[in-house]
Parts: sequence; C-alpha cells; structure tokens
Amino acid sequence: MSWLICLKGIVWREMLRFLHQRSRLFGALVRPLMWLVVFATGFRAALGVAIAPPYDTYIPYGVYIMPGLVGMVQLFNAMQSSLSMVYDREMGSMRALLVSPLPRWYLIVCKLAAGIVVSILQSYAFLAVAWTFGDDAPPLGYLTVLPALLANGMMLGALGLLLSSLIRQLENFAGVMNFVVFPLFFLSTALYPIWKIQEGSDILANVCQLNPFTYGVELIRFALYGQFDGLSALVVAVAGTVFLVAAVMGYSPSRGLAKLKAT
Amino acid sequence: MTDALRVSSVSHAYGRRKALEAVSFHIPQGSFTALLGPNGAGKSTLFSLITRLFDCREGSIGLFGADLAQSPGQALRQLGVVFQQPTLDLDLTVMQNLRYAADLHGLPRRIAAPRIERELKRMELSPRRGEKARNLNGGHRRRVEIARALIHDPKLLLLDEPTVGLDVPTRKSLIAQIHELCRQDGLAVLWATHLVDEIDPDHDRLVVLHKGRIWAEGEAAGILAANGGSLNDLFSKLAEEEAAA
Repeated sequence: MSWLICLKGIVWREMLRFLHQRSRLFGALVRPLMWLVVFATGFRAALGVAIAPPYDTYIPYGVYIMPGLVGMVQLFNAMQSSLSMVYDREMGSMRALLVSPLPRWYLIVCKLAAGIVVSILQSYAFLAVAWTFGDDAPPLGYLTVLPALLANGMMLGALGLLLSSLIRQLENFAGVMNFVVFPLFFLSTALYPIWKIQEGSDILANVCQLNPFTYGVELIRFALYGQFDGLSALVVAVAGTVFLVAAVMGYSPSRGLAKLKAT
Repeated sequence: MTDALRVSSVSHAYGRRKALEAVSFHIPQGSFTALLGPNGAGKSTLFSLITRLFDCREGSIGLFGADLAQSPGQALRQLGVVFQQPTLDLDLTVMQNLRYAADLHGLPRRIAAPRIERELKRMELSPRRGEKARNLNGGHRRRVEIARALIHDPKLLLLDEPTVGLDVPTRKSLIAQIHELCRQDGLAVLWATHLVDEIDPDHDRLVVLHKGRIWAEGEAAGILAANGGSLNDLFSKLAEEEAAA
C-alpha cells in the first residue's frame, strides 16, 4: 500500500509542476505544430510518400510526419524531465525524494511513471490540435495508440533518467540537445521513410535502422492505424529496459551520487 | 537501551581526498547532540552517509539497531532530515510540500492529514499553508522543512546547519523549538553546526568533528571543561591545531 501511495505522490507532484509551468505545455505543443504546419506544408509538394504499411493509400506529408511529431513530443518531454532531475539534484530538492524509506530503484521507476503520464497527456493534446488541422488518424487509432505511447514514453523517459544520472552539471545539459536529441530525431523515420533516406545515403539509412527512436516512431505509426509492429515493440521494450536498468544503477547509493558529489 | 544512532569506524573518500576517517560515535535516544566542526570537517559527508544518499563503504551505521546497509528501509523510516541546502519544491504550496513528503513515506491520507495539521500548528505555519514555498522567507522555509521532516513521526531528527542564512531571533527560536521537541516527544536530535552559540553547554551532548576525525565526544560540559572552559576556547584550539598541521 505504501508503495502505491508513494507512486501516487510522485505522479501527483509531477502533474502539479506540469500544470504550474504553462509555458512547458505551450512549448510542447508549439514545437511539433511548427513542423506540422510550416515544414510539412512546405514539403508537401516536394516530397511524395509512396504507399507503404501501415498506409493503404497515398497520404499527405502531414499525415506521414504526425507519428514522428508525437514521438518528438515524447522525446522533448523526456529531456525536459531529465533536465528537471539534474536541476533538482543541483538545487538539492532531489534529496527529499532519495531519503524516502522505499528502495531507490522503486523511486526511479516512480519518477519514470510520472514522466510517462505527462508525456501521454502532451501527446494527446498534440493529436487533438493536429486533428483540428486536418491531420487525423482513424478514430479507433486514438485508442490503439495508447500502449505505443506508453512504451515509447517508457523508453525515452528511461533514456532521460539515464542521461540525468550521467550529467554532472546543469550547464552540460545543452550538449544533450546536440548529441542526443537532434541525432535521435533527425536520424529516424520521424520525417522521412527509410527508403527515402536510402535514396540519398545507405550509411544514413543504416544508422536510422540502428536508432531505437525509429522503432518508437514506427510503433506509434502502426498503432495509430490499429496495427501492431512486433519488431518495433521488441526493440522499444529491450532498449527501454536497458536504459532503465542503467539509470537505476546510475542512481544507486553505491554508485551515482557519490561519484557526482566527488566532482 | 539501543542507541538512536551508532556510527562505527566509518571512513569515506572522494577519489583520493579523504573526507572521513574511522569516525565512531553514538547518539542515545531522546538526546540533543550537537555535531560541531569547522567548515570542511566532514559534517555534510557524514549526513549524506547516514541518510544513505550514498553508501557507506567502510564501517557501519545503525539506526535504532537496524543496519543501514542491510535494512535501509527500516532504518530510514526512523529518520527525519533537514538538509543544509534547501530542498523544498518552490512551486508547490506549504501544504502540497507536506503532503508530498507524507506520500514519499507511504502514509495514507487518513494518517497524513492530522499529522500535517499537527506540524503546521507546531511550526506556526497554519496561516501560510496555501502559500507557495517560493513566497516564504528563509525562516518560514526552514520551518516547513522541519515540519516535513517530522511528518512520519521519526525517532531521530538530523539537521545539517539548519540556521544558515537566518537572522539571530529566528535562529534562537528555531533552536528553542527543536530542544522543546527533544524534551517533550523524546526525539533524538543530531544538530550539525559550526556556530558555537547554538550549543547549550549545560544540557547538550557534543560530537566534535575535525578534519574528518572525531576529536571529542560526550557531555558538552565535560568536553568544555577539558578544553579551556568555553566553546570559543575549544574552537580556537581546533584552529591552532589546523595551523600547526
């Protein structure tokens, strides 16, 4: 029972912080909308998207990039959570969490769960706004996409936690944008299908196929059309588990903080 | 009677720099113990080890008989902590901060609600329950942190230089309040400080930490008598030793 109360408390606090930081929600929506409205409109004519699963007909470019932009919402939310973990650690407020009598690994899982809840809410907010712009999915897809959002949110949230356990100072976080977020996003199928990238470079296409974010995006894409992509689900689950185990180790009392304190 | 806290042969190093070396002391239940030491003596490191922010690799720490390494949950349940660095969530209200602390200790709402009320009253924070922590002054923030540390009814309260940055009247009132807690509720207190005027030589116990080692431990009166008679003399002696080293 006490474990559930702790989970509820951490999720509740994350929700409160999210609601207090209205600019965070605004930013989370504006960023992908800029891509959807400006970028997709510009590229609509230039970029043809052939019929490929899960689509059974030609689709506008805006429809193609929508799952990628949902992934982008989750990716940025994960990095925002990671940033706030680093900030909390520097400011000291994370200590209040870490002296809880519950196991450290469980507290990290609770933080992850809280981040996933916020990430799913943001994703649905974006899907709702995209729908008003005419970039929609089948009605049932909004329900079937939920497990995919959960899995992708878990993978990216765990990656964010792992990064926060490795980053020693808040100032170093800017590097995460250049070396983690941009490569993850641009070297994936979020903006172009693999075959399109392959036309330009085989090497880049191979890199995209090694990027776990590609599989997160594909999982969302298929789920939005009521289909299940087994390979993507497997990669997302394995990558998420690896990131989470590494993050838990990073925050273990025997490793992470002592190392961070030493700097 | 089992000690509230027993620290045995604890050493800790940051890389090659030794912060604590073979530190051993104990705190009896219901006592007020001041952990005295100049800046850099190792007080905060010791606190981090006792609160298990990081693991104790050499030596052992026990709280009310529970070994911190083997039964961390059982040990930490007995412990309330006020860190030197402020740890409140500034975007949350006083009430929300306290509720969050209760949740982290797994307290159901029916138990947490009256305890939150009790602590708000004890710390004279009831009128400020709806204010965001960001809008409170330093003294009130400290009171919220103490209230938060008491929500789960700990038997040992650790305070790491809790009066840093506070004005003299607020400091005095805070010290009096903690002594009161000790007397009335039988709470054991470990109060880390480098300010000698925060110690009551007639009633407090003293653990003096210097350069990562225990320099003296026992009743404050006895330690003072053996070291020149006043806390200022004791501190001067420590400074002389440091200069000579």
